[in-house]
Amino acid sequence: MGLTEQGAPARSGIATTRLDYALDMIHRHGINWARKHSLWPMPFATACCGIEFMAVAASRYDLARFGAEACRFSPRQSDLMIVAGRVVMKMLPVLQRIYTQMCEPKWVISMGACASTGGVFDTYAVVQGIDQFVPVDVYLPGCPPRPETILEGLMAIQRIVREEGVRSSSERGHGLQMVIEPPPGVEMGPGFGERSLGDRASNPVL
Amino acid sequence: MAVAEAIAALQERFPELGLAPQPLVRYADGRDSGQLWVRVPADRLLEVARFARDDERCRFEQLCDLTCVDYLNYPDAADRFGVVYSLLSLSQRHRLWLKVFVNDPEPVVPSVTRIWKGAEWPEREVFDLFGIRFEGHPDLRRILCPEGIEDHPLRKDYPLRGRGEREAFVPIDRETA
Ligand code: SF4
Repeated sequence: MGLTEQGAPARSGIATTRLDYALDMIHRHGINWARKHSLWPMPFATACCGIEFMAVAASRYDLARFGAEACRFSPRQSDLMIVAGRVVMKMLPVLQRIYTQMCEPKWVISMGACASTGGVFDTYAVVQGIDQFVPVDVYLPGCPPRPETILEGLMAIQRIVREEGVRSSSERGHGLQMVIEPPPGVEMGPGFGERSLGDRASNPVL
Repeated sequence: MAVAEAIAALQERFPELGLAPQPLVRYADGRDSGQLWVRVPADRLLEVARFARDDERCRFEQLCDLTCVDYLNYPDAADRFGVVYSLLSLSQRHRLWLKVFVNDPEPVVPSVTRIWKGAEWPEREVFDLFGIRFEGHPDLRRILCPEGIEDHPLRKDYPLRGRGEREAFVPIDRETA
């Protein structure tokens, strides 16, 4: 146990080595390193994207690798709302109430085309983007997003936690204005990354 | 497959209505699906429905579905709304569809909830989405659309994107939750 002079873990057995590793990482990266590996997602799954999210939470893609495997279905026990699916007019007040029931600090992922923009459902009953009504930190493109995209989104939330710690969502505004970079060699269509998402100060609704 | 018997029984009992069976679906090659519908005037619907349920040869114990069609801008359509009753006889093993046509500005159809109790929610749905009033319904409220919506969204003259309902929410925050 304990750190050596140089901050490297002492090698004195498996259990102690792992604890030393954690202490060392906290020592080097601060307490936010621990926080970002302890997200408690609440899947607000209203449609097919929810099914994709289940695949991510299950063993093959394994959210547990990111410390976010404890999906809670009570907003009071969770800090990351993942809105997976389209939200209709009747659901919107429910979504907003659930969001307010979550304790600070809290983050929101808008998963898929439907939650972010209404998707193909440009009809009278479907809300055209939940960000008109709740602050969204990370948007995931796709219909549904690939599991890799969902993991990328989770890692984007982790980056927010690393930078911002536990500031409340009202201080933080919309995420960190971060745009997820496409992987090397992938060309994105015109307009990608041009639009900034705005923040609470400039958006009177939020 | 004795639906012809049932139609004959209806025709004998209601000769003045001129109940002429027509196929629901006609294919391009001239064949049809073998499913028949008859047109019933709104003011005689309850009599016809009760007879169809109780008569020996009809015995339509079950109302499978109750829905509506808006024929606005439909070629050759004389009436605006067609309320469709899909009947099934489990004992006689046949099906029949009844259609009742109504028009603006006051589309009213008698409620069949006293004949088939299961009609209660389908009638509320048709009322909600098409604005057809069911006379004698025990509890005619909207069933799908949220409170505060004035329109009937499945009418053909209602815009697909709505009249601003989907944007007209007040965001809820901690103070107002
Ligand atoms: S974005 Fe696609 S997969 Fe996701 S809820 Fe909408 S339709 Fe379903």
